[in-house]
Amino acid sequence: MIKIKNISKSFPDRPVLGKISGEFDKGITNLIIGSSGTGKSVLLKCMVGLLQPDTGNVFYDLRNFTEADKEMKSEIRREMGMLFQGGALFDSKNVEENVMFPLDILTKMPDEEKLDRVNFCLHRVGLENVNKKMPSEISGGMKKRVGIARSIVNNPNYLFCDEPNSGLDPQTAIVIDELIHEITHEFDITTIVVTHDMNSVMGIGEKIMFIYKGEKLWEGSNHEIMNSGVKELDDFVFTNKVMRNLKPN
Amino acid sequence: MKEFGQYVMFIGSLFVRRETFATYYKLTLEECIQIGIKSIGLIALVSFFMGAVTTVQTAYNMVSPLIPRFVISQVVREMTLLELAPTIIAVIYAGKIGSSMASGLGTMRITEQIDALEVMGINSSSYLVLPKIVASLLMYPMLVVVAAVSALVGGYLVGTMTDVITPTDYIYGIRFTFNDYTITFALIKAFVFAFLISSISSFKGYYTHGGALEVGIASTAAVTTSVIAVLLSDYFLAQLLLKS
Repeated sequence: MIKIKNISKSFPDRPVLGKISGEFDKGITNLIIGSSGTGKSVLLKCMVGLLQPDTGNVFYDLRNFTEADKEMKSEIRREMGMLFQGGALFDSKNVEENVMFPLDILTKMPDEEKLDRVNFCLHRVGLENVNKKMPSEISGGMKKRVGIARSIVNNPNYLFCDEPNSGLDPQTAIVIDELIHEITHEFDITTIVVTHDMNSVMGIGEKIMFIYKGEKLWEGSNHEIMNSGVKELDDFVFTNKVMRNLKPN
Repeated sequence: MKEFGQYVMFIGSLFVRRETFATYYKLTLEECIQIGIKSIGLIALVSFFMGAVTTVQTAYNMVSPLIPRFVISQVVREMTLLELAPTIIAVIYAGKIGSSMASGLGTMRITEQIDALEVMGINSSSYLVLPKIVASLLMYPMLVVVAAVSALVGGYLVGTMTDVITPTDYIYGIRFTFNDYTITFALIKAFVFAFLISSISSFKGYYTHGGALEVGIASTAAVTTSVIAVLLSDYFLAQLLLKS
C-alpha cells in the first residue's frame, strides 16, 4: 500500500499541488485522473522521488520515503517499476537488453536465469521474437509493452504508469490498459496509473482519485464516477457526446 | 556562480551510490571504444596536416641564411608537443566527443531515460557520466600521443617531399636540445583537458530540459564552455608548470 500525506509542490512561477492526501491499495489498479496541467504527473513524480515535494510525506508500506536517506530511498526504489509516457527504453540497447537491464544492475542472477525471466516477461506482455530488435525498430504499442515488461521483470511491489496509452490507437490503448490491470492482479502489485483517458477510467479504474487544479476533489471507483455529484468531475467525464448520452439524469 | 556550484555538486554526485566495479568496467570499455578508438582516424588526419602546414609555414618564415634548416623541425616539435597536440586537438575533441556526450545525455533526459534509471534506484549521473570521464582520462592522452606522432610524421613527409628540409636535418632538429619535460607537460595538459571536456559536456547534457531544440542548445553550450575552459586552463597550466 502507498499512502500520501499533505503533498504539496510549487514551481517558481506557480503552485502545482496543494496538500493532497490519499491511499493507494495493493492488488488493484489505482488511477489518478484529471485534465492536462492539473498536476497528476507532478504528483506521480513526487511519489517516486523524481521531484521533492515542498511539504508532506509518501509512505511505502509504512516506510517514509520522503524523509528516508539516500540508501533507504534507493532500496525502496528497487521495489518500484515504472512505465513512462514514451516508454523511456534505452536507445542503445535492444529489447532483450532493455528488459534485462534491471536484473543486470540490481540482481546477481545467473545469465540463463535472467534470460528465462526476460522471455517470461516478454511473453507475458504478448511479445515474441523481438528480443534482438532495437527500440527504433518497433511500434509505439510494442514500446509500451516492452516498457511494461521491463517494469515487472524485477518483481516490483509498486508499479507506476504515466499516461500508458497516450499516443496509441484506441484498440492498442485498451490492450495496454488490460495488460496493466491483469498484471496488477496476477502479481498482487500496488499499481498507480496517471491518465486522462476515459476508456481507462471506465475500464480499469478500481480506485480513482480526481485532481482538479492541484487539489483532490473526489475519490471513488469507476462504478461511482457517473454519480459523483462533483461538477468539475462531471465536466471532465462527460466531455464528449457519447458520454453525455450515458449521463444519468 | 550558481552554475559553477551546480557543476561542483554534479561532480560530487558521481562518487556516491556507485554501482559495482564490473558495471563500470564494461561501460568504461564501451566508452573507450566510442570516444577513443573511433577518434584515432580523425585526430591522426588533422594532426598530420597540422604538422605539414607548420613545417611549410615555419620554413617560409625562416628567411635568414644564418639560421640552420634543422631549426624548422625543432620549432615544429616544440609547437606540436607544447600546444598543437594537446590544445588544438582538445578543440576538435570538444567538437566531436563533447557535443556527442551532451546531445546523448540531453536526449536521454528529454525522453525520460534518465528518470527511468533514477526510478530503478540507480544513481544516473554516476552510472552514465563516470565511465565517460574515466574513458576520457584514459583515451585523450593516448590521442594526444597519436596527434603528436602524426604531426611530426606529417611535417617530415611534406617537408622532405617539397625540399623544404632534408630528412637528416629534420631528424636532427627533432632531437636537438630535446627536453623530455615537454612530453610530461603535454600529458598533464591532456589529463586536465580530458576531465574538463568530458565533465562540462556531460554536465550540460545531463541538465537539459525541454525538447529537441534544448538538446541542440546544450550541445552547443557544451562545446563553447569546454573550449573556453580548455583555453583558460591552458594559460594557467603554462604559467604554473613552465616557469623557469
